[in-house]
Amino acid sequence: MICKMALGALGRQKRKNRLIILTVALGVSLAAALLGVMFDVGDKVNQELKSYGANLNVVPRGASMLSEMYLLEPDSEETATSEQIEKPADNFIAEDELFKIKMIFWAYNIVDFAPYLTVPAKISDKKILLTGTWFNKRLSLPTGDVVDTGMTNLKAWWKLTGPSGDDQDLTGVLVGRRLASELDLKPGASFQVQVGDKAKDLTVRAVFDSGGPDDERVFAPLALAQELSGHQGLVERVEVSALTTPENDLSRRAALNPGSLSRVEWDTWYCTAYISSIAYQLEEILPSVRVKAIRQVAESEGAILGKIQLMMILLTIMTLICSALAISNLVTAGIMERSVEIGLLKALGASNLSVIFLFLLELFLVALVGGVLGYVVGFGLAQVIGLTVFGSTVDIKTAVIPLTGLMVLAVTLMGSLPALRALLSLRPTEVLHGR
Amino acid sequence: MSDNYILEIYGVSKIYGAVAALKDVTVKVPQGQWVAIMGPSGSGKTTLMNIIGCLDTPSEGRVILDGLNLGDLSHAGLTAIRRESIGLIFQEFHLISYLTALENVMVAQYYHSMVDESEALAALARVGLRERAKHFPKQLSGGEQQRVCIARALINHPKLILADEPTGNLDEANERLVMDILRQLRAQGSTIIVVTHAQEVANQAERVIVLEHGRLAQDRLNGPPVELGVSLVPGQGLNETLFSEEPRAESSFSRKTG
Repeated sequence: MICKMALGALGRQKRKNRLIILTVALGVSLAAALLGVMFDVGDKVNQELKSYGANLNVVPRGASMLSEMYLLEPDSEETATSEQIEKPADNFIAEDELFKIKMIFWAYNIVDFAPYLTVPAKISDKKILLTGTWFNKRLSLPTGDVVDTGMTNLKAWWKLTGPSGDDQDLTGVLVGRRLASELDLKPGASFQVQVGDKAKDLTVRAVFDSGGPDDERVFAPLALAQELSGHQGLVERVEVSALTTPENDLSRRAALNPGSLSRVEWDTWYCTAYISSIAYQLEEILPSVRVKAIRQVAESEGAILGKIQLMMILLTIMTLICSALAISNLVTAGIMERSVEIGLLKALGASNLSVIFLFLLELFLVALVGGVLGYVVGFGLAQVIGLTVFGSTVDIKTAVIPLTGLMVLAVTLMGSLPALRALLSLRPTEVLHGR
Repeated sequence: MSDNYILEIYGVSKIYGAVAALKDVTVKVPQGQWVAIMGPSGSGKTTLMNIIGCLDTPSEGRVILDGLNLGDLSHAGLTAIRRESIGLIFQEFHLISYLTALENVMVAQYYHSMVDESEALAALARVGLRERAKHFPKQLSGGEQQRVCIARALINHPKLILADEPTGNLDEANERLVMDILRQLRAQGSTIIVVTHAQEVANQAERVIVLEHGRLAQDRLNGPPVELGVSLVPGQGLNETLFSEEPRAESSFSRKTG
């Protein structure tokens, strides 16, 4: 009977119900789109921020603390002698172990990484630093996965005047803008580099502008730097770019001392992509290294992400409030129009609760239609936002569906509050006798 | 004692701000009596009916309905009394437009207990509308709508039927039909209180109470109701088995002036 009454009432107020559906759909579509983007914005913004560089620095355990802290490398002003090139073996990381970086628990959060081996060298008596790296290395993992990684992606903001480096081209190098200017080197130019007693003829593939001190260096394939330095199969340090979760108290405590956490806290920390837990896992899988977060980058990313998500939440709440306000007028007007019917039900012995139930049932049926419509439109809207702002589509998380349901519920309840008040205060005597 | 009285009203007043709609009204209605409440506009008829129907509460005085002091009841308690003991008939019918005649009757069942379609159809048959059960209010004439309203009032077997100007919106023919139904209900032993402006309607009742300026001005007996026998539908008399009981004895009438 109650369903018959609810459906009958819905059929009678078609125009008003259409407006309620439209209002709910508008509010929910915007809120669902914002939520969809908010859930995905972490990955999207992280991807964007990754283009500004690595956030983890992997160094050998034997490396001096000072060098590690200040990322010091051989001084180009020092003479590049074979004695200086030689370092103890524990100052290096084995190149053939680097694939393990992509085998930690948070492997899919490791976006890119690149090893470095810097060698003091000379070009026409000018002391320079030649750094060997992977430009775009293809790694085959024991899991069967194939991974492309290297400096080309890691330093995506570099401006190149020519093709990027090629790991197979052992004579092609990238030369920094300032060094190229000083030595008058242009793409395609050849020059000779000397490392100790060894000399090698190289070709400039491209001149790069990094906007930083790297502009005074030469970047070469890692194999070339290893050959010139005599450190075959070794690297000095690795830069890792990882997608991370914003830091919080737990992650900061863990970063200082993971042993201080309780079992539950430890599990939570380990299974969350905090920069500190990723660093911890890298040290687990590569016992001979120390991994340090480049904290400024990590915290900036977290702060930006946090602010964007807060803004999205506020916009979602404001959208829902606006929708609730809009439908409250429609719903209250509907109640006023049906005051005689409501008065009659009360006069027939319907309790306030049963009249409210009937009224909310009708409203939820209408809102459900609006909610489904709003979700579909919101899905499309999220894709438009994703494509416009981030240049890629947004993956709508399944959590958005129940959240959309809750939003419909919240909007409907908020919007019906004034009407419910009017309904409760409606006295049959005032409407049934025309008073 | 309340034993013989379905309704007892003692010194009831209703004050709206500076206006007294009812002033110190005292009335007792024995079970099975047909009472007409008359009076000019603003005399307090509707106010008194609302108080009897548990739709309003008095500012002063006591109302005892079927042995229950209404002043002791909460809002929910009054709602329950309305549901269980009172059948309301309105001048403007107040049928729900998007429900059929049958469903309009079933609404009262739904809020009372369980929906029973066969019982609702029987109630419509009692008022001669069995064949119109699936019609919507706009497909029914004014008289038919009022008969649906009566069927709805009867469906839960109320102890007291309250009718507010039941023939006020009807033509003469439909007025006769409705009055016949009320007479038959009276014959079955229902207690009926009718608020009316119309003298001819009041003449059908056994007792007439006249209000003036909120006070009880007259309380008189009319004598026994007139004979039955008008058919509601051509070729079909009112359900004789349902309406075959003898009218109550004259001695059960009571008279009490305020």
